[in-house]
Amino acid sequence: MMVLVVGAGRVGSAVAKSALAAGHTVSVLDADPLSHERLDAGETTSWEDSGGRFTVGTAIEIDALFAAGIEEADIFIAATRGDNTNILVAQIAQKRFGVPRVIVRVLDPARSDWYAEQGLHTICAVKYAIEMFKNAVLEPVER
Amino acid sequence: MYVIVVGGGKVGLNLARELIRNDQEVTLVEQDRQAYLRIEQELEHAVQYGDGTELWVLERAGIQRADLVVAVTGDDEDNILICQVAKEKYLCERIIARCNNPRNLQHFKLLGIGPAVSATDLILNLIEHEVPGHGLVHLLDLPDEQLEIIEVEVVAGAPAAGRQVSDISLPEGSLIISVLPRGKAGFVPTSDTVIQAGDEVLIVLDPGLEQAITSQFAPNGAHG
Repeated sequence: MMVLVVGAGRVGSAVAKSALAAGHTVSVLDADPLSHERLDAGETTSWEDSGGRFTVGTAIEIDALFAAGIEEADIFIAATRGDNTNILVAQIAQKRFGVPRVIVRVLDPARSDWYAEQGLHTICAVKYAIEMFKNAVLEPVER
Repeated sequence: MYVIVVGGGKVGLNLARELIRNDQEVTLVEQDRQAYLRIEQELEHAVQYGDGTELWVLERAGIQRADLVVAVTGDDEDNILICQVAKEKYLCERIIARCNNPRNLQHFKLLGIGPAVSATDLILNLIEHEVPGHGLVHLLDLPDEQLEIIEVEVVAGAPAAGRQVSDISLPEGSLIISVLPRGKAGFVPTSDTVIQAGDEVLIVLDPGLEQAITSQFAPNGAHG
């Protein structure tokens, strides 16, 4: 499988690394060249030596998506820090390039829900955090 | 008419001002705190603070009853998504989006967001109109109807110069609708009207026929 990860932040880089370790072809796209360091951190060989690809470019620039290999992608992960960028680029991957599996990180719970209804596979970490906080708060306090 | 304008930059603020002056009901949404406070001094209750891509902000602005949503922020992804939820979630019938980077126009089209207004393209169109000796001018594009109207100046020596309208070989799907002789009143031609070099002709056509048409009126790269 060819996995394209857009956004090499904490989430994106960790997902990219585990996909590579699982034997997938992995290409990462990020606007910041320094984000590459996250892919190398804690590893004995560099990202490229381990077989990973890295492209510097802005997610919604079509040329950057081509350079990162969107045409060959089987799985597309939108994990930049911007909800709007993620939602847009995920729809480009799905509707224009027909990538079979598109997963998009959305921090805003309301839009995560609505876009999920529209057929995007959204993941909203904030919703899980709220749930966990709620449970922790409502637990009886022993003193 | 109730209009929501998202983005209080130069475009958005001036637009809101003009609409209010024309007695329209307007809410401007601005996400930068400082900019919001500045605008609030002038527009008072007609401006709201918040990120216009968030659903609750749009709902607070009354998007359910908006007749028109105009997204003119400096970020194309924001403008696209604002218009997308306005249209598809809140069923707002009319939207207008600003396209900051003409290379992003393809994304607006992909998601059916339109009309998308690109300042760069507007200025390019103006240049096309203003620059003399430039063969072909797009007067009107009707993408939904799949029709265009162009204006082209007839170059001396072109196949059409000195010929009757009926003898000019135009591709199927195009029609000369007007002849504008230099310095004289324009008119609708008949089949025996003779087209002269220097005349301007207006042609209605299916998109994509420009090349075949200019080769009749202004060949050899006199356009473009």
